[in-house]
Amino acid sequence: MEDKKNAQITDKNIAINGSAMAEDNQVKTFTISVLTENKSGLLNGVTIVFTRRKVNIESINVSITEVEGVSRYTIMVSCSREIVEKIVKQIRKLVEVLGAFVYEQEEIHYQELALYKVQSKHIMNGNKVENLVRNNGARILVIEEDYIVIEKTGHMHETFNMFEKLKPFGVLEFVRSGRIAISKSKRETTTFLKELEEASKIKINK
Amino acid sequence: MGTLLAKEIEQKVKQGQKVTGAEAVILSLLCEGVETVFGYPGGAIMPIYDALFQYQEQLKHILVRHEQGAIHAAQGFARVSGEVGVCMATSGPGATNLITGIADAKIDSTPLVCITGQVASHLLGTDAFQETDVIGISMPVTKWNYQVTTVEEIPEVIAKAFYIAHSGRPGPVLIDITKDAQIASFEFKYKKCESIRSYHPVPKINHDHIQQAADLISQAKKPYMLIGQGVTLSNAEQELIAFVEKSGIPVASTLLGLSAFPPDHELYVGYLGMHGNYGANILTNTCDLLIACGMRFDDRVTGNLDTYAKQAKVLHIEIDPAEIDKNVKTDVAVNADAKEALTLLTAKIEKGAYPEWLAEFRECDGMEKDKVIDHHIKPGKGELKMGEVIHLISEKTKGEAVVVTDVGQHQMATSRYYKYRSNKSNVTSGGLGTMGFALPAAFGAKIGAPDREVIAIIGDGGFQMTLQELGSIFQYKVPVKIVVLNNNFLGMVRQWQQLFFEKRYSSTEMVNPNFTAIVSGYDITTNKVTSREKIGEAIDQMIAHQGPYFLEVIVEKEENVFPMVPSGACVTEIRLE
Repeated sequence: MEDKKNAQITDKNIAINGSAMAEDNQVKTFTISVLTENKSGLLNGVTIVFTRRKVNIESINVSITEVEGVSRYTIMVSCSREIVEKIVKQIRKLVEVLGAFVYEQEEIHYQELALYKVQSKHIMNGNKVENLVRNNGARILVIEEDYIVIEKTGHMHETFNMFEKLKPFGVLEFVRSGRIAISKSKRETTTFLKELEEASKIKINK
Repeated sequence: MGTLLAKEIEQKVKQGQKVTGAEAVILSLLCEGVETVFGYPGGAIMPIYDALFQYQEQLKHILVRHEQGAIHAAQGFARVSGEVGVCMATSGPGATNLITGIADAKIDSTPLVCITGQVASHLLGTDAFQETDVIGISMPVTKWNYQVTTVEEIPEVIAKAFYIAHSGRPGPVLIDITKDAQIASFEFKYKKCESIRSYHPVPKINHDHIQQAADLISQAKKPYMLIGQGVTLSNAEQELIAFVEKSGIPVASTLLGLSAFPPDHELYVGYLGMHGNYGANILTNTCDLLIACGMRFDDRVTGNLDTYAKQAKVLHIEIDPAEIDKNVKTDVAVNADAKEALTLLTAKIEKGAYPEWLAEFRECDGMEKDKVIDHHIKPGKGELKMGEVIHLISEKTKGEAVVVTDVGQHQMATSRYYKYRSNKSNVTSGGLGTMGFALPAAFGAKIGAPDREVIAIIGDGGFQMTLQELGSIFQYKVPVKIVVLNNNFLGMVRQWQQLFFEKRYSSTEMVNPNFTAIVSGYDITTNKVTSREKIGEAIDQMIAHQGPYFLEVIVEKEENVFPMVPSGACVTEIRLE
């Protein structure tokens, strides 16, 4: 179980030596998962941490969780481990942040959702688009008189591939959601919160 | 409940009487033990000022001349008293005028609660008169902020604000209260905040880390300790002395750490950073163990990080986990309050002494004394130097005064030559380097420590940034002593122009007014000294004076502060001349 303030950011315990330093400086994709109290304005506080360090957020998603009143931010960034760790430490300092964790690709299960708007004449004339939808694990969300909306979940390259394949048919609009992710850790949010409550009561005898 | 509340107030608090939001603000402050508030009224905070009217006996309000003055005064108050400083301002420009001080308090970890009025909630987002998004603006520079739009939230939010401001690594908190929330009524009940589940001000001590720290110390041949304001903030001054005396480790201080450790102590080796002591800087790159306690490796201390203490193991004792490994990678980090960590560590270590290592510092001291210090504090001829004025003030106050400085050469001269012999005596704008800080911070400090001598040392540039606060000093007869070291230049910028910009003195020379005439207009006793013969007597007179006092000292026009580590250079590239 990761304590918000003390724990290593991931289970990976990277020693400070030459090779680890080199690894620290490599630019990679990281997924930051932040559990917060549901407070308006907090999103601003979280994003300021990135803007101040001129780190671009590639995608961000805020959602409710299984615990009432607790939100989860899923943020995707490309930067070095050293920078992402510093960012996460700053995010943890925000008063309403319950916990913040950083994951590499292999430490999470993740998905994105994409929607594509295509002229409906393409589905009327032959079944090329229909086949494309079926073979790519997508589905048709709505069929209107002028257009259809196709929905696909998948990783970024999959939803992008689908876009490439639909292009010849004339894609009127294409939109992709931010990444959402679930960690492979066995942590339960409620247990984590209970531990936080204990930790928040530590006092110093002065 | 800190202060003794008058009977009827106590009744109101106890019985859950119906009060307005405005009155609830005042009652909440009283419940937190607040006795003094610095502020400036205006449209959106008028209900609170109206409620204040009937509590004048219990809650003293200091009317400043500009909101920046209010917040710097609150900072000065907090820094000497160790309590939360409180300031109030109206919406719009009132709120934005607080921002510099909030940023200053954030970077220097000063506990503040700032209360701003806001337009009525139905007007939010309409560009109403004096509406500004102070929550958005202040978010990056506050430890926490919150906008109150309903009256019922007031006591809980204020309780939370005080808890957050003073606990853990302290910082400024801003509460923005809409006018309708101030006007509405509710049944008032107050409960102090004791914990917030998402906020962990006190790290859980990891005893393995304490042991690892003790092991590092036992293996070290040339250990060296750097202390910062964390020692002062955690009231760990005695624990620090106990640790240092048992371990025998030489100690140096950052700018904000000054006054946390006795300067005459045999193990004190000086002041760190750009204009710090010679040995304290260069031996950073000789030690084999660097122990940093309650400091954050600011660039003004480290210079070039790529060449900073690379030979040494690093032990960092720090309450804020985000500071650990931020600038300097640690070998062992103790994430803890300084007082707690030092107590545990002292118990774990053996008694030590490093006479040869200490001698290296003393050798450097000798060199610095010959090349720099003697010329600055005992020049004997030529125009008056800043160093000698500060040295005299230090001698004549026996290092017991609270010294408040602004930003620039006079600040560095004071940090070098004032010997702070009493804790919580150093009030300066460190991280942000806010010119105009000293005058308001000094009168705030005097109110926070009324029994102590408070001396503000200010340059002619910074003095003119907030000199309107002479009005507050005059109105409340705050007996603060003001020394302006006047060289008719923005001296520090001029020094950089001389050293790094080929003496191109772009916009740094000042044509100054008759300062004593201005100050006399506020009915403050003044004196102006231009010669060495008069300075000692002038300082004596200033100290002996009962009320506020202003002393202008004309100092050498183009004096430079040395030693100096050029910006971004290695600490060993420190220049003595």
